[in-house]
Amino acid sequence: MIRYIFQRILSVLPTLIGVTFVIFMFQRLIPGDPAIAMLGEHATDESIERIREQLGLNRPLFLDREALVDGDLQGFFDSQYMRYMARLSRLDLGDSIHRRIPVMETLKLRFPATVELSLLSMIIAVIIGIPVGIVSASRRNTAIDSISMVGSLIGVSMPIFWLGIMEIMLFAVILQWLPAGARLSTGIEIESITNLVLIDSLITGNMEGFVDAISHIAMPAVALATIPMGIIARMTRSSMLDVLQEDYIRTAKAKGLGGRLVLFRHALKNAALPVVTIIGLQAGTLLAGAVLTETIFSWPGIGRWIYDAILGRDYPIVQGGTLLIAIVFLGVNFLVDILYALLDPRIRYK
Amino acid sequence: MNPLLEIRNLKTRFYTQDGVVKAVNDVSYTMDSGEILGVVGESGCGKSVHALSIMQLIPDPPGKITNGEIWFDGQDILKLNEDQMQKVRGREIAMIFQDPMTSLNPVFTVGFQIVEALLLHNDMTKGEAKDRAGELLDLVGIPGAKQRLNDYPHQFSGGMRQRAMIAMGLSCEPKLLIADEPTTALDVTIQAQIIDLVKKLQDEMGMTIMWITHDLGVVAELAHTINVMYAGSIIETGKIRNIYKQTRHPYTIGLLGSLPRLDDPPGTELVSIPGLPPDLVALPEGCPFAARCGYRIEHCINERPTLVEIDGQDHSVACWRWEEIAGIGTK
Repeated sequence: MIRYIFQRILSVLPTLIGVTFVIFMFQRLIPGDPAIAMLGEHATDESIERIREQLGLNRPLFLDREALVDGDLQGFFDSQYMRYMARLSRLDLGDSIHRRIPVMETLKLRFPATVELSLLSMIIAVIIGIPVGIVSASRRNTAIDSISMVGSLIGVSMPIFWLGIMEIMLFAVILQWLPAGARLSTGIEIESITNLVLIDSLITGNMEGFVDAISHIAMPAVALATIPMGIIARMTRSSMLDVLQEDYIRTAKAKGLGGRLVLFRHALKNAALPVVTIIGLQAGTLLAGAVLTETIFSWPGIGRWIYDAILGRDYPIVQGGTLLIAIVFLGVNFLVDILYALLDPRIRYK
Repeated sequence: MNPLLEIRNLKTRFYTQDGVVKAVNDVSYTMDSGEILGVVGESGCGKSVHALSIMQLIPDPPGKITNGEIWFDGQDILKLNEDQMQKVRGREIAMIFQDPMTSLNPVFTVGFQIVEALLLHNDMTKGEAKDRAGELLDLVGIPGAKQRLNDYPHQFSGGMRQRAMIAMGLSCEPKLLIADEPTTALDVTIQAQIIDLVKKLQDEMGMTIMWITHDLGVVAELAHTINVMYAGSIIETGKIRNIYKQTRHPYTIGLLGSLPRLDDPPGTELVSIPGLPPDLVALPEGCPFAARCGYRIEHCINERPTLVEIDGQDHSVACWRWEEIAGIGTK
């Protein structure tokens, strides 16, 4: 088992380096110069050159061949990518080009908000999606099955931005039950411990803060959970249907086990593998969906922040944010791999 | 003495899109305590479905038992509800299945799967159940039984898995063990070992066993009585000696004739039964075997023969011409 975990870690590392490379290249390949973006169309060539110098944009992308010809080994390696990697190794993601503050600082503030939103959405998606899938599979071709499968199909095909706007219309504008946006009402203070306001407010026993946080997160979390919920429900159903036809299910019944034990003990553990895979992949979808959801609900997470940075060609933010998302995605799928081994002994002993 | 199992007019149907599949048609027979019954027939003749009907494990939908009574140990188990039936399964009647590779759950240890059955039906602690599971694996001849309890099915060979299945089936000392082609998926040497094992266990425990197979050789070694099934019906039944020595039904003759024999001279051609079994959705009105039968007469096509007992011989046959066919036997 430990060897297996070690192997998984080793296989994640090259992916991670590949990710830094791709993130670095993407930004450089998009036309447009951040120096011009900062200074405006009418800036003088001199000032543009000065800014490019400051930001290191005048250096070659990877390796400086001319410096090598001059015998300048340090200059040879002094490139944009190498500088980027060197900073990265110090956990320095650079400064925002526009705001001149370290990307890491903003990230620390905004990332927990996205984590909180995505995590809650995932929890909603899982605790509704999986039971719906199980019930559908065990009551195949009944009204319950049809209703939940049509429901999940609607969930899968739901445009999040539209659902978000409809939620705001109904609950914030017409019914006025919930606030339309932001993470907390003004005047509500929650002591920062984990930076996840729901958890912080619970730890500090701040019930007023907790209720306020819940009322703010409810709509975006539901909007974000819709698609994964539908996908998880459908995946659980089809996986359970496959497993329920297996011989060992008949064996379990022949032993005299009741329907519930057969379903939850013998079938579910086998059906869980594809479902766990899908949940892992949905982590990526959630982070991508967070950009839309955060924009609609003015959620102070990284989605909206990266979106703005892309428009403003704020390279360091885009790089830092994307890298973080990639790391989260790799991390989640690493956990999925570990879960595989825990669920299926055949993988563990390979 | 009352028989342990008495089946009366059992009918099982599958309601599919192509029509109603008449999988089991009016099957009636009895089994005495301590008896080994061989149920023989080709694929799709309803032998497995009839066994699953006894366990009430027919997938429903599309399957349904539409008629009949199954008297087991003094009660009609078809009248039991699901909760009551769960107490019969595993404890009173246990069943082992054809493919040991897929019949054990891959994500639980072999030990857990045996312990689970023990805990379900017996009043014992986990520790006691674990000890008992070790004894059972030892009984079915798995070396180092105690250590192997913690193994997963994929760490067992095919023969060992079937032994583990048998251990699981025996765990609660059922009155009746139904073995549905338990050796079909195994190679011949392992088959022989499993058959020896079952014989030995039957001698020691005096269990009643129903052995379902298409392999007449296996049945000849094990069984006391035989039911030959064709197209969902029993067409010949009786003591094993009668069936083999005084075969009455043309289908049974065909089955026995299609077995290769060691004492055949080299170059002897294997006999096979021409044609295919009838479509169970559209069973013919007359004898279901008529279309393939060399002894067919007009009457066979128009009217279906029922099982007739041959006087005083513990031998019944469903054929209009059994008297003429009398005593042909095998070659």
